[in-house]
Amino acid sequence: MSAISVQALSKTFSGNAKALKEISLTIEEGEMVALIGASGSGKSTLIRHVAGLVSGDRSSGEIRVHGNLIQRSGRIPRKVRQHRRHIGVVFQQFNLIGRLSVLTNVLMGVLGTAPAFRTIFGIFTKSEKRSALQALERVGIESHADKRADKLSGGQQQRAAIARTIVQGARVILADEPIASLDPASSRKVMDNLSRVNRDDNVTVLVSLHQVDYAIQYCPRTIAMRDGQIVFDGASDKLTPAFLQELYGAESVKLTNEEKQRETFAEAEVKPVNTPETPHGLPVGAQAKTVTPETQFVQ
Amino acid sequence: MSQALKISDLTLPKAHKRSIMNIIGWGILLALLAWSWEGADMRPMALIDDAENMSQFAASFFPPDFTEWEMYLEEIIITIQIAIWGTVLAVVMSVPFGILSSENIVPWWICQPTRRLMDAARAINEMVFAMLFVVAVGLGPFAGVLALWIHTTGILAKLFSEAVEAIDPRPVEGIRATGANALHEVIFGVIPQVLPLWISFSLYRFESNVRSATVLGIVGAGGIGMLLWEYIRGFYYAETAAVILMIVATVSLLDMLSQRLRKMVT
Ligand SMILES: Nc1ncnc2c1ncn2[C@@H]1O[C@H](COP(=O)(O)OP(=O)(O)OP(=O)(O)O)[C@@H](O)[C@H]1O
Ligand SMILES: [Mg+2]
Repeated sequence: MSAISVQALSKTFSGNAKALKEISLTIEEGEMVALIGASGSGKSTLIRHVAGLVSGDRSSGEIRVHGNLIQRSGRIPRKVRQHRRHIGVVFQQFNLIGRLSVLTNVLMGVLGTAPAFRTIFGIFTKSEKRSALQALERVGIESHADKRADKLSGGQQQRAAIARTIVQGARVILADEPIASLDPASSRKVMDNLSRVNRDDNVTVLVSLHQVDYAIQYCPRTIAMRDGQIVFDGASDKLTPAFLQELYGAESVKLTNEEKQRETFAEAEVKPVNTPETPHGLPVGAQAKTVTPETQFVQ
Repeated sequence: MSQALKISDLTLPKAHKRSIMNIIGWGILLALLAWSWEGADMRPMALIDDAENMSQFAASFFPPDFTEWEMYLEEIIITIQIAIWGTVLAVVMSVPFGILSSENIVPWWICQPTRRLMDAARAINEMVFAMLFVVAVGLGPFAGVLALWIHTTGILAKLFSEAVEAIDPRPVEGIRATGANALHEVIFGVIPQVLPLWISFSLYRFESNVRSATVLGIVGAGGIGMLLWEYIRGFYYAETAAVILMIVATVSLLDMLSQRLRKMVT
């Protein structure tokens, strides 16, 4: 049973903008997969569909997470609340309730499982609090547990959001550009946290990233999107600078800031393409339907 | 020279248009004033003709007579107590009604009927409610409490729901994504975001409820208003002046306190 399976997912927003065009993909348990693509390529939209937060077009197939149906033919079943607790979501920003303490925010992870008659009054057991503290320890911010969440730095907030998915006992973490607004040092910490949860707990991670070098460094497998379609799915070390230039090309025409674009590619180029330890000996990208850059560009 | 001429040429049509709109606007206002003159029984000359009467009337208020100040104070305290109960009951009711009339939380077929109900509670003045409740539960402060409760619920529910509709939906989605239920989303996602505003609105309503409570007594719904009405009707103007001064002092004091508190929460 795959951790994530998406069949022929399409999404048309009002105004005829087709954000996703018959996307299909499978991710096995324990994989750590990067999702890359230019702005507007559909990364966030895909992630929100897998999380069951939005529904696709009627023509779409199924989305399953660990075999549980998240949506089919554009319909989200009522039972999805039960399945959501196996899916941890980390957004780019604003994951936390700013006025509540960090610990309380992390405790939100138990809401899907703990009895509601108690949690609606904000009553949490000792062991729940302990597990929240342990989760904060694992992401290295236990000393901030009592602070108000909006007093944390951006990176610390992201790590608190990861701690929440740990408390949740999520089997799958979906992270939508978790490091997009962070400096390199904080980015590294957040990615290390995700990577460690993936390695130690065998949690499947799908993370969308703007920085290709992080994808190559942390994720054995990369899925690249353009205009709502998957244009590459395979081992991250198979990504060529030429492909990446093409992938972000459409954007760089619009942006006049070519200098910045070149910088990104240069980084990707000089970085030794080192895939970190493959989690649990999974065949990296073994099942990947690889669309090679060459076939992609002759259109 | 020629350049200056050009610029004025360019700006002329726009300025022209604006001045026409100006004239029309003033015209409408003047027409409205003329139309309302008779209905409002406007007799400015009466102010001058009756000047002597009026100054005598004004003079009869002085000096204010504070002999019975203890009784006035007692009634003012009752007035404040009416406002406290009316406001607190309204706040309690406005939490569910405010959430049920927020478009971003509930579907339209819950939101719209709740809103209409709140509109009705708001449209009817608290004095009208007071008269109705005096008939229903009898003379006295309790009728006043009920009147303030209903009217204030209509106002606060609207203010509360406006705050709810302006929240940041992203953290709420973060909670939803953990598998939490809808009530969890409201309690942990929505309320923490709106609480400071809600407190501020409630204090503000308390201020105006104290002011409203000072006249509830006129229709028999308790508080200082009853005393005030009796003094005015009995031509006890020195006592009336004392009561009015004490009301002004109390209301200003409470406004100041409440403003302080409101600054603290936001
Ligand atoms: N709620 C929405 N309503 C209408 N169109 C939308 C909506 N959300 C996304 N889109 C459109 O769908 C397309 C894909 O957007 P999406 O946010 O998934 O891109 P992305 O790859 O996450 O981009 P970015 O890197 O900028 O976050 C875009 O063209 C976007 O304009
Ligand atoms: Mg996005």
